[in-house]
Amino acid sequence: MTDEDAIVRWVAQGARVLDLGCGDGSLLQRLWAERQAPGYGVEIDDALVIQCLKNDVNVLQLDLEDGLAAFADRSFDVVILSETLQAIRHQEPLLKEILRVGREAIVSFPNFGYWRARIQIALAGHMPVSEELPYQWYDTPNVHHCTLVDFEALCAKLGLRILERVVLTGGEPVSLLPNLLGALVIYRVSA
Amino acid sequence: MIVEARKAGFTETLKLSSGAVLPGFELAYETYGELNAARSNAVLVCHALNASHHVAGRYANDPDNLGWWDNMVGPGKPLDTNRFFVVGSNYIGSCFGSTGPTSTNPATGKPWGADFPVVTVEDWVAAQARLADRLGIERFAAVMGGSLGAMQALQWSLSYPARVRHAIVIAATPRLSAQNIAFNEVARQAIMTDPDFHGGHYYEKGVVPRRGLRIARMIGHITYLSDDAMMEKFGRVLRRASPGFDFDVDFEIESYLRHQGDKFADYFDANTYLRITKALDYYDPASGYGGDLSKAFARAQADFLVVSFTSDWRFSSSRSREIVRALLDNRRVVSYLENDAPHGHDAFLLADPRYHAALRAYFANIAL
Repeated sequence: MTDEDAIVRWVAQGARVLDLGCGDGSLLQRLWAERQAPGYGVEIDDALVIQCLKNDVNVLQLDLEDGLAAFADRSFDVVILSETLQAIRHQEPLLKEILRVGREAIVSFPNFGYWRARIQIALAGHMPVSEELPYQWYDTPNVHHCTLVDFEALCAKLGLRILERVVLTGGEPVSLLPNLLGALVIYRVSA
Repeated sequence: MIVEARKAGFTETLKLSSGAVLPGFELAYETYGELNAARSNAVLVCHALNASHHVAGRYANDPDNLGWWDNMVGPGKPLDTNRFFVVGSNYIGSCFGSTGPTSTNPATGKPWGADFPVVTVEDWVAAQARLADRLGIERFAAVMGGSLGAMQALQWSLSYPARVRHAIVIAATPRLSAQNIAFNEVARQAIMTDPDFHGGHYYEKGVVPRRGLRIARMIGHITYLSDDAMMEKFGRVLRRASPGFDFDVDFEIESYLRHQGDKFADYFDANTYLRITKALDYYDPASGYGGDLSKAFARAQADFLVVSFTSDWRFSSSRSREIVRALLDNRRVVSYLENDAPHGHDAFLLADPRYHAALRAYFANIAL
């Protein structure tokens, strides 16, 4: 199972979807094909925006750091932030914005508490590089890594309800010691 | 691509937004490509202030006169005339062949001049709709334009919602800002205070208000370019070996503006300039909806592509985002490209590879 599989499972038939950091639009294509969920993607990268247009996905070239002023309150059923949270500079205002425009949010990110990441820092003494975190520290788009514990603490601070959580490593669900054994985590949250 | 300018004449009167009535009119246009049997591949291209219906290609008898959007429209171009039937339409009030101030007023047998009514974007679109009827186009696959042309594309989606499948709106604003109107007013004042203007009746005096037109064009050009693009292109380069300590041309930019002004005064009509800037000033689709653009777009049915350029300070990206917001509020299908080409407002005429790739991708997905 990929995080996309988990996300598709959580999106209801015909739901209105906003995918923030939508990449080439492949998730939106899947949501349309499998859930008949109409949606828009937000993407800042020129090449990915063009790829979205090629894929016939509605894409809006906007900077998430500027907020979501283009979108009205409660105008989406689900707002998706898939593996983008860690690349955002100001997470707190963005999470608030997400739950202003959407009834629910689905947020996924690489877990910095994963044991391989911990070992690379603790024993090898360098920043983690892995399948989920393929970048060197100096060329990464990621600016704010966090762990499951960190994210859940932020949700508590912002008063967000965690409705569901899926933790994955190598495509397999993890239930034991998720913050240590989970490489990727996907949350469904609401205000 | 060798192309030909055509004219369509319409004898039925046209009631204008101002209340004035045009006793019939002519519209200049060009077409490229072939209308398919289903009549589903027509794209209308609307032009901006100083351009015309000569969108692409060259005339057989004037091969240096390349269409103004030839990098966008033609065989194998982003708007591919092998696939689409493209109509480039002029508008009424123009000085490029459609009925306008330089045309003969049938009531007097003399040029309309100052008596030609003030026309609006809505009037232009109404006139173009008659051209579409004449060409047998019930519904356009797309209506497309940049700047003032984008306003026409927007208005098409509002005046004739069922006749537009896609509206492609580039370097647009939903309505001019006070600053935009201010620039237009300076341009108009330059023309109207020219001693050769004669209240708009300069044709019969055999003169042209060239000074006014030159200054109007200079002001326009300043607003079409970004500060960076202008600095990059001209810098502080001198035209002569050292400063002259007089008021002749010192800097390259002065020479450029004078040249552009002179060229413009040779081919553009002052009465037309006044009317087009007024049409820009008046355009505001939200005016009938208490200023609420979202309510104004409730009747649109088209899918939209909105494109802005971050270096465009004349119609900035935030103005395009207002359009996007209004479309999202109405759950329209919309994509938005915010291109960081450095050239300013004129970027819509240039061939930034990302901008063109996006347009190419969008057109490729328009079903015929």
